[in-house]
Order: sequence, then structure tokens, then C-alpha cells
Amino acid sequence: MPDKKQDLIDQQLQDLNNDGVDRRGFLKCMAWTGTGLVWTMSGGIPVSRAFAKSHDRKAGKGGDFSFVQISDSHIGFSKPANPDVTATLQTAINKINAMADKPDFIIHTGDLSQLSKPSEFDTLDQVLRGASAKQIYFVPGEHDMLSDNGDEYLQRYGKGTTGNGWYSFDHKGVHFIGLVNVANLKAGGMGSLGHEQLEWFEDDLRGRSASTPIVLFAHIPLWTIYPDWGWGTDDSEQALSYVKRFGSVTVLNGHIHQIMQKVEGKVSFHTAMSTAFPQPAPGTAPSAGPVKVPADQLQRVLGITDVNYVVSGRSLAVVDSPLGDSGSSASWNGGLGAVGSPLG
Amino acid sequence: MTRKNVWLASLATPVVIAMLLLLAGSSSVTANDQPSAANAAVKIDNFVFGPQTITVPVGTTVTWTNSDDIPHTAVSTDGVFKSKVMDTDEHFSYTFTKAGTYPYYCSVHPKMTGKVVVQ
Repeated sequence: MPDKKQDLIDQQLQDLNNDGVDRRGFLKCMAWTGTGLVWTMSGGIPVSRAFAKSHDRKAGKGGDFSFVQISDSHIGFSKPANPDVTATLQTAINKINAMADKPDFIIHTGDLSQLSKPSEFDTLDQVLRGASAKQIYFVPGEHDMLSDNGDEYLQRYGKGTTGNGWYSFDHKGVHFIGLVNVANLKAGGMGSLGHEQLEWFEDDLRGRSASTPIVLFAHIPLWTIYPDWGWGTDDSEQALSYVKRFGSVTVLNGHIHQIMQKVEGKVSFHTAMSTAFPQPAPGTAPSAGPVKVPADQLQRVLGITDVNYVVSGRSLAVVDSPLGDSGSSASWNGGLGAVGSPLG
Repeated sequence: MTRKNVWLASLATPVVIAMLLLLAGSSSVTANDQPSAANAAVKIDNFVFGPQTITVPVGTTVTWTNSDDIPHTAVSTDGVFKSKVMDTDEHFSYTFTKAGTYPYYCSVHPKMTGKVVVQ
């Protein structure tokens, strides 16, 4: 499974490298799948140092910050692919708490729960209360909107949001927008933002300087990964047309329980691993259902995503790390010129 | 439960059943009037409704059963029926009393679509 995924990622990166896009100065991407990463992260400065080496020595000045993305906790899931999703979420939180560079906040990109049950949300809240980062931002996954049109989710996590739970906020010069593409889905379609949200989104960006780094986050990928499995968002193209004028756009999604990356112009797309169970690479299985891996390998295919913002480059570096040690350090370069070798 | 309670319950049960029969009278008669009434099954497996199109006589009760590890729904595209969320091995039934074509989908995974043709 990891090898297959690795092949797929390598393939994608090769595609990236051939697209002729000059992406210097706006984004660095590194994803690692080895022990090196964990260690590197706990050692501090790894990503920004690698970034600074090749780009800008001034990195590290005040204003730099990082945040962590977690996704697809599926609290309530208890099938063989992971009989204890609460424990693996706890492992993810422990990992975040152990980071030397404390993230300013956490973003959860949906599927908090398996069945939108109050008890599942309660368990999630209980685990997340143990996070050292006290601010947590959410967007819902389709599993969180299963009851009463998402009322249970919205009551708990949607305070101060618009519509089905979309909102934006600013943090140290970066503009974040949480979008909802799991509500009112149409027969035969994929994820959907809908007219009302698109209007709100366009309006939210109006008047903002093109040099403002933008981070979009939503549950289902905002780029089409695999339509047969609904891994995309029908009206994402319109949404992305609104961010075209910005110099740095990072799109963070979940839903597919594996890492995928793509760069298109100045927009970098990234999907995160789940904290609960892996899903197959597109088209490699009869369906997108949970993949069962041997218990001792489960934590290698679950993980968290650390995103570092470096003020001087107005860039974000995205680093994925598995929950468990993976033995060998199978790091790979993000195709953007960053060097993914462990420090040490 | 004490002996007295058992006695009370045994007395009350026929009364309740009689009331229910009275209440349900008209609809149960209608159902019995359908000579071709039958049951049909749609299995949800690997994110697919199987069979994708099912043709049944009027009065048939169709039962959807979810065999996936992931929850699904069966929701009529035209608003005729809407299942609750079906977790693994849970099911939902709907009785079709009028001829017609009833497209439906899983509102959680809308790529999953199916059709019930009632003749």
C-alpha cells in the first residue's frame, strides 16, 4: 500500500515537474513518509530552514507561524480497518502537542464523526480538548451532515458562520476561508459549493490585496481527482476563478484519506491523510471503501499535516507526517525544489 | 415484573391490538388487495446499488440493505422517499403503490444512483 501510494505520488510529481510553471517564490511543498519527518519536526525549523536555504535567509523573523491540519477522524467508526479511531486521533493530538514549534491553531477538514451522532461529536471534543493548540477551526464532511441537514454539526461547530457553515478569518496576514462542499449534493454529482456560497466567497475576496496569501480549506477536494468516486467538486472551477489574481493560494482538503498534491499556476492543492483509516488510490479498488492494512502498519498510513508560513516569502510549506514510525526514511521531494532529506 | 403487572399486561394487549387494527384498517385492506404484492431487494455493495435498475409490480416493497463499511442513503430524486442513514447491515424499505419510474441516489455519495421501475 505505501509503495503504491509512493508510486502514485512520484508519478504526480513528475507531472508537476513537466508543467513548465515557474513556481519560485511562492510555495514550497514537502511531504515525507519517514521517521525523519517526525524527528525533524520536533527538532524545529526544518521546513523553514530548508526553505530559507534555497530562497531567503531572512526566513524565521517574527510573523512566521505554523498550523496543523487534521482530517477524517470518523469518530464512531469501528470496523476492522480501524477498530479504535479515538485512539488514533489521540495519537495525532499527542504528536501535535509534542511539536517543538507549537502550531498557532488546528484546522480539521471534516468527517469529524462517522454518523453525525451527538455522542461521536462529544468524544471528538473530549480528545481535542487535550490539544495544546486551543483554537480549532472546522469544516464539515458529508459524515457530519447526516442528521437534520447538519443541524447537530452547525450547533456545535458552526457558530458565527454563514449558510451551511462557511466562514473566513485572518491570521498574521494570511486570509483563511473555510468552505462547505458536502451539503445539498445532487444526484450523479460530486461535491458542491452552491450558488449562495460562491457569491459569498467572491464577495469575501473583494478588495483584498493580491499579495495576501490565501488558504482555502474544505472537506472534498476542490480539484477533480477521480470523478468516478466523486472525488472532486462540481463548481470548484468557478470558486478558483475568484482566487486567480492572488499570488499564493493553498488549498487544503481531506475526504480521500491519502496525500495528493497538484500545483496549477499559483494555486497549490493538497489533501491530507486521515487519522482513522486509509482509502485506496483512485481506481485501484472496486470502491473507495476503507482499506484494511495490518494493524502494525496502520499508523504509517494515518497522519497529520503541518503547514508553515514564512513571511518573507509569503509562502506556505506543507509537510505531511504519519502517526507511526515507518522504519526507513522514505522521504520524497515535493517537486518544488525543496530538499526533503532528514536533518541530522 | 410482578404477577399483578403480568396480568394487567395480558389484559391490555388484546385491547391495544384491537385499537391498532381499527386505526390501521383501511391501509391494511388496501395492501391485501394487491394480488401481486411482493418484496424486492437492493443490495448496497462497494458504493453501488445492485441491481442498479430494479423493475417491480405495483405494491412491491423494496428493501435496501447496506453491506458497506460506510453509511449510505437511498433518496428519491423527486422527493418520493428518503431513507434514514443506513449504517453497515442496516436497511430501509419503501412500498411502491403507483406505477412509474423512481430515480434515487445516495445523498452522502451522490455518484451512487439507481432506479426503481414500478409497473
